[in-house]
Parts: sequence; structure tokens; C-alpha cells
Amino acid sequence: MSTAILQERQDQMCRTESGSKFSIVCDKESLAGAISQRACVFCGSRVVLYPIADALHLVHGPIGCAVYTWDIRGALSSGPELHRLSFSTDLQERDVIFGGEKKLYAALMELIERHQPKAAFVYSTCIVGIIGDDLKAVCKRVALKKGIPVLPVQSEGFKGNKRDGYRAACEAMFNLVGTGDTSAIPAKSINILGDFNLAGEIWMIRELYNRIGINVVANITGDGRVADICRAHGASLNVVQCSGATMHLARMMENEYGIPNLRVSYFGVEDMAESLYSVAEFFKDKEVMARARQVVKDELEKIYPQLMAYKKALNGKKAAIYVGGAFKAFSLVKAFRLLGMEVVMVGSQTGTEEEYKELQEITAPGTIIVDDSNPLELSSFLKEKEVDIFVGGVKERPIAYKLGVGFCDHNHERKEALAGFSGMLNFAKEVYSSVMSPVWKFMPRMEAQND
Amino acid sequence: MTDNHAPVRGINEFKNTAQSVGRAGGKRRQAPNYISTTNACKLCKPMGAALAFRGIEGSMPFLHGSQGCATYMRRYIISHFNEPMDIASSSLGEKHAVFGGGPNLKLGLTNIIKKFHPRFIGIASTCLTETIGDDVPMLINEFIRENESASELPALVSVSTPSYSGTHMEGFHAAVKAVLKTLVEPGQGEDMINLLPGFLSPAEIRHLQEIVEDFGLRGVVLPDISETLDGPALAEHELIPRGGTKISAIRAMGRARATLEFGRTMADSDSGGSWLARHKGVENYRLGTPIGLRETDRFLAVLEQLSGITTPEKYLSERGRLLDSFTDGHKYVFGKRAVVYGEEDLVAGMTSFLAEIGVQPVLCASGGKSGKLQEAVSEVSHDLSLETPVVQEGTDFYDIAEQTEALKPDFIIGHSKGYHLARKLAIPMIRVGFPIHDRIGGQRLMHIGYRGAQNLFDLIANTLLDKKQSDSEIGYSYM
Ligand code: SF4
Ligand code: SF4
Repeated sequence: MSTAILQERQDQMCRTESGSKFSIVCDKESLAGAISQRACVFCGSRVVLYPIADALHLVHGPIGCAVYTWDIRGALSSGPELHRLSFSTDLQERDVIFGGEKKLYAALMELIERHQPKAAFVYSTCIVGIIGDDLKAVCKRVALKKGIPVLPVQSEGFKGNKRDGYRAACEAMFNLVGTGDTSAIPAKSINILGDFNLAGEIWMIRELYNRIGINVVANITGDGRVADICRAHGASLNVVQCSGATMHLARMMENEYGIPNLRVSYFGVEDMAESLYSVAEFFKDKEVMARARQVVKDELEKIYPQLMAYKKALNGKKAAIYVGGAFKAFSLVKAFRLLGMEVVMVGSQTGTEEEYKELQEITAPGTIIVDDSNPLELSSFLKEKEVDIFVGGVKERPIAYKLGVGFCDHNHERKEALAGFSGMLNFAKEVYSSVMSPVWKFMPRMEAQND
Repeated sequence: MTDNHAPVRGINEFKNTAQSVGRAGGKRRQAPNYISTTNACKLCKPMGAALAFRGIEGSMPFLHGSQGCATYMRRYIISHFNEPMDIASSSLGEKHAVFGGGPNLKLGLTNIIKKFHPRFIGIASTCLTETIGDDVPMLINEFIRENESASELPALVSVSTPSYSGTHMEGFHAAVKAVLKTLVEPGQGEDMINLLPGFLSPAEIRHLQEIVEDFGLRGVVLPDISETLDGPALAEHELIPRGGTKISAIRAMGRARATLEFGRTMADSDSGGSWLARHKGVENYRLGTPIGLRETDRFLAVLEQLSGITTPEKYLSERGRLLDSFTDGHKYVFGKRAVVYGEEDLVAGMTSFLAEIGVQPVLCASGGKSGKLQEAVSEVSHDLSLETPVVQEGTDFYDIAEQTEALKPDFIIGHSKGYHLARKLAIPMIRVGFPIHDRIGGQRLMHIGYRGAQNLFDLIANTLLDKKQSDSEIGYSYM
């Protein structure tokens, strides 16, 4: 294997070969001194809770943690936009020495007064974990005074990785679930979990569910509202997208309220259709199923001709994938296949061993599969595999661009809706606009090849 | 005071104002004392340090702390420069937070050295490691001792950057100073001058180098991000981007003829130039960032003095053309009201330029808290501005937004995080500084020197013309 790989990381990657035994080690703590793409616990919590638009999100800590998460995500709201503001207690030296509880209390009182939110989430950051502020006690006091839920999120950055942050976020939200009135909720109702309404995706998905006769109680958390989450336990089913982010909440709701859950993906035509069918199947309602079929048929008819035009152009091009959760990678692999493209590398920051095994099964022999990668490795894979387009987040973009490789942003900052049927078309268009650009022809990488 | 139709009265008042401002030091409105910060107009200290470290040859910036900080900062920096930006981290976990991060710091250094072969590692502490009390300089000394046998260790420089005191700019300056303190070596005097420009864009650093060369001077710029954060397309991934200030040149900086340092608001204790003056006897010229006509004049005057030659013709004609364009465009910008925000030195520089062209800065705001912004603004603009701008330090965008609504500016000028202000008020925004997250080419913004002033002038005048044109019901195709 190439020298680009630190010895210690050898077991966090593998190449699929037919017949060989698959093994990969993941969920390791990031290695000191490796340039990891991983984020912290706080980041995980912030990602999940951020789209709840009528809640106050106060980051208790020094300024950086708040400022780097200010309005960087495309999670849209159809109403209030409190989530787009970045609130911080902006801890100063004296707070670190004498404790930040007083400041936190005062800040909460001030901000709740000013913005009248429906609830407040208070995120703990690394140094709060060290100076030992009692977040719970402060939140409780403020909640009593102000009469709204004030929920501590135990997201000290160093206490694990992003997935622990998802968990902390779910635990905070779970405090809300069960506190609202569910009497008006019809039987055929679901909660949408794990979609963050990037570029308005959840609106599209909600609309599809509505069209097949399913009522949506709560969006968790895209375009989310506190009151909806409070009555989420009135739904008959939790439909959970993506791997890690909100699964923990679904499990807690299953234990506490007996609400079953279904894992789906809205990315790619196949997975989107499958989501509608499986929900219809759950309700064992012929009418709903018939409508689902009709909706899929109508939607496909709308996009198919254009999709096939893209496919013709993109046939045989090579793609590499590096995303946050492995679950998303599955959908991407399938989507590329639909476009006639070949996936030559796939990796994620937080995948589990099972997920990597499954990825191995659905990819062609020779595909590189990698956990918690870094720029050096990723760039060596891009070159080795002569990739035409790389799908990743903003941190991966310059790796591709510096080498003159096409790129598609499939992370939380993107502004194009990629979910659902029309999302597939957007995706194809984006891949097409990058792969087919003439600029790659002039890149040193290509010139070197042509010599 | 805002009566622009009474020129004579205006001039008299302007003189009076100039005097009174000069004496009283201008108007200062205390920021409403909110407890929390909403939409900060500052970044955290280690980020500034990481940016400065990026401008050194063969360098790897390294954060001693948990993984999250490094990842966040990388993303933030990448979104501006569109360049790879590696920042290593000691990736502390829970047990390290309890027992100290020393072992992880050392392991991290070992891994970085093994994999990247850097010539320099700049280690910045973070809030976490400052709070748990890791003694980074001591740990590094230990590391050096433990690795004595290793053939060649990179230069290791550490800087203390707890974000709970100071912003990214203090972190930037502190890193520069730490580099000097650690690397400067005694020896023979060198016929060169030091340039400590602060946080300029790569394009600006290139222009700075060009100017100094045209004066026949040998200048060493620290840090030099001209290539490391604005590199060419490549056939091979570089472990560490090319470019940056040569380490051998840094070692010689204590023996230079003089230092030119930009930054009117920089604290003396953060100043690398002051340190070189005090400890190495290198004369320090502290100047404002050369934005606009007069600050550039001041800068070139010092270069004339140091080089013994008069300003080359090239710059005289640039200056001449700039003045000519001022004439052509003065009407379109005169009396317009602007809100300026961002890093303090940038705000001071922009205010200086705006005052020169007859734009009225009405609010000069920064999240930084040097205590010197007021004075800097007054110094550069008191004899030109008809109105004394409100100056706010330590502020955030919540305050800026409140004030801006009341002040009714014609445009705002600053980095892209102020966009929501411009949008809300439906006024144009001139993008300067860092970060520019909503446009390409942040690394190529060029606002220093006469050439930079020309760019700015054309941009501002045309932006205002564009606004007028598109707001007009008729839409003339001439001015
Ligand atoms: S903990 Fe400190 S160093 Fe890390 S992001 Fe927050 S403010 Fe910056
Ligand atoms: S300080 Fe901790 S919580 Fe904040 S960004 Fe850094 S790792 Fe995350």
C-alpha cells in the first residue's frame, strides 16, 4: 500500500476483492497528529438540533465554537429563523477562572426575553466540561422562571466524537417528546427523522407523503418546531433517514411509547421510491400503496428523459465518495450506478463495521473503502483511481480542486436539494456540470497523463 | 453637519470639527452591555495563529486541544481561500483532559514529523489545554530532549492562544512574535528589512513584495501566505504547500536594518516589531496598513528613507492615475454613508480611505477590543470627515445591526458575515477582509497601495452607480 498511509491507519481501510475476507476497524478515536476530517461532540449535537427554528440555541463556551457554526448550513425554515443566529456566552478569562454559571444564567434570561423562543438548547463545550459549570441546574432555574423548556445538551467536544453528539442531541430532544397534546393526530401519521431540510428537501418529502395519504406530525429536525416535537409521540411510525443522527431518538421513542421505526433514504430514485413503498406497507393500506405507486410513476415520468440524457454523457465516468455517515454513501453508490458511473472509492467519517461490510458488497472489486480518512490519503486515492468527480464536504473540496478533479458538495452546507425525485435530477445536473467542464483538460494532471 | 448643499459653511464646520475631534478624541458610544454575544464579529485566537503559521516555509500548524476546533477552523479557512488547509491536532479525548494532554501532544508531533516531514511546526494552545493547564513550552522542550538522536527535528514554535482573551488577530500577532522569539539567531548584520504586515491577502502580500523590491530593498515578509494560501493547480498533491517565509530568513530577522510593521491598533505586547527593537536593536516603524492614499504615502515615505531612493516612477504614475480617478468619480461617492466593520486594523485602514474620497464612515465597528480603534480612526480621518463616526470595539453583529438601522448607511464594507445587514436594508455591500464565504477569490482581494486603492475606488464608485442605475425607473445607460 502507498506510503501515504500511516501504519496505524492501515486497518481503517481496505480494498474490496472478491473472495478475500473483509475487515476494517472503525470508531477509533482520531489519531493525534493525523489531519482528521472529524469533528467534535458539540458539532454532532449542533448539526442535529440546529434546524429547530423556533428554539434558542445558546453555545456555552468561548466564542469560536459558536462562530464557526453560524449560519453555515442550508437548513431552511418556513417560519421563524431563530436558528440562523449564533448565540454564545463568549466566555472570558474571568469566567473560566470563577465559573460561567452566572453569565450563562444572565445570558439565557436576556436572550429568552429578547427573542421569546419556544424552547432553549444550551450546548456545553470543552472548557465548560473542565470548569465544571452545572448546566442542568442553571437550565432548570431558567426554565422555572421563564416557563419554557430549557434543555442542556451535554456536548463537551472532547468527550467522544460526532456520533456521541448526535446522541446528546437526541437525549435533549427526548425531554420534549411526550409533553404535547396528541388528541388531534390521525392514525396514518409519521414523524420524519433525520432530514435537516437542506435546500428545502423536507418540504418535498412531506409533500410526497401527503400525496400518498400520510400525515406528518413532526419534522425532526428540518424546519422543526418545538411544539411538533412535543407531540411527536402521537405518530404511529418514525421514519428515520440516514445512519447515526436521530436513530437514538427513534429507539428511545420505541422503548417509551412503543413507536416502531423504519430506516429509509431519500437520496436517489430507487431509495426514494422504496421509502414511500415501505411506509405504505407499514400501514397495510391498499389505497396508500396504490397512491404510492402512482406518485412514483408520475415523478419518474417527469424526470426520466432528462436523467437518461445525463446518463448518456456520464456513462463510465469514475466517482469517489467521502461523506459523514456511511448510510448516505449507500444511496450515493446507487445513484451513481443509475447514472452509469463507476464508484472507485467510498469512505465516511463515522461508519460502522456492518455498514462498511455492506458497502463492500454493493461495490465493484477493487473499490477502496476507508474510515475516518485525511487529505493525504484521499488525494492519493483520487490520483490512483483517476477519479472524475469526488463527492464530499467543504473540507474535501480543495483536495479535489487542487488536483483539478471535479467535485460535488454533498454535505450540510450545500444549497441544492438532492433528495427525492427532483433531487436526483439536481444531483445528476451537478455531477454533469462538474464532470463535463472543459477546464479539466487544461489541468497539469491531465497534461502529465497525455505526455 | 450633513447639509451638503452649503459648501462654505461645510468647510468652516469641518475645520472646527477637525479641531474638536483632535482634542476630544472623537465620539465614542459605549456598546450596549449585552451579556451574551450574538453573531460575533471576531474569530478565535488559535485560528489567527494557525493562519500566521501557514505563512512559513514547510510549515504545519498544530492545535493542542480537541479535534473539533481544528476541523472547524479548517473548514472556515478553506471556505475563504479555496485552498487546502491542514491543521493538525493533538485530538485530546476525555482521559487526556483529566490527566493532561502532554503524551498526545508528543505523539501528535511524532506522527506529523513522520508523515509530513515539515520544516516547521507551529503549535497553538486552545481553550481546553489552557484551562487544564498544559505547559506547552515545557512539553516541547521535553520532546526535543527525548528526540535528540533524531537526525533533524523541524523548528518547533509554540504560542499561547486561549480564546477567552483576545480574537484571531491577537492570535495572529502573538504567533508572529513567538516565531521571532524562538527562531531569531545572532550573527552578522544583514542588508535587509523586515516586513510584518499582519493578516493581508495573498495578493496583497505579493504586491507588498513587489513594492519593496522596486525600491531596491531586500525584504523578508513574515508571514508570507502569498503562495501557501493561493497556490497554482498541481499535478501532485503537496504534503505541505510550497512557499512561505524561509526559516533561514526568519533567523536573520534580528539582524535586519529595520522592521516595518502594519497595525495601528496592535498592542505593543503583541508586536513582533517592538520585540525586535527592544531585544535585537532593530528599529521598528509602526505604520497603518497602507490602504488608501495617505497611508500608502506614509508607507512609501518610509521606504524612501530606508532605500535612499525616491519613489519609482511606476508608483508615482499609479498615484497620479488614482488622483485622476478621484476627480472622475468624486461626485458619485461624496456624502455617501458607510458602515465599516471587521478586524480593527482593516477598519482603520478602510476608514482612512473612505474619508479621503468623501464617503462618510458613520460606524466603525469591530469584535476586537484593543482599546485603540477610536484613536486610530480619529487619526486617519478627523481632518477629512464632516461627521465623527461612531466607533465600537468589542461589538457583535447584533449591536452593529441595531446601530446600522438607525444610521441609515448607503452601503456597508466588510467581510461576508455582514451580508444579512446589507440584505435587510437592501443596500450594497463591499466585500473586504476575511472571511469571504459567499464569493470566489477572497485570496485575490487587493486593497493595499495605490493600486489597491484604485481597485477599491472603482469598486465602490461602480457599486454605488450600479445601485442608482438599478433603482432608477428609467435606467440610463450613461452616468
Ligand atoms: S474551544 Fe477555543 S480554540 Fe476551540 S474553537 Fe472554541 S474558541 Fe476556538
Ligand atoms: S472547543 Fe470543544 S466543543 Fe468547541 S469546537 Fe473545539 S472540540 Fe468542539
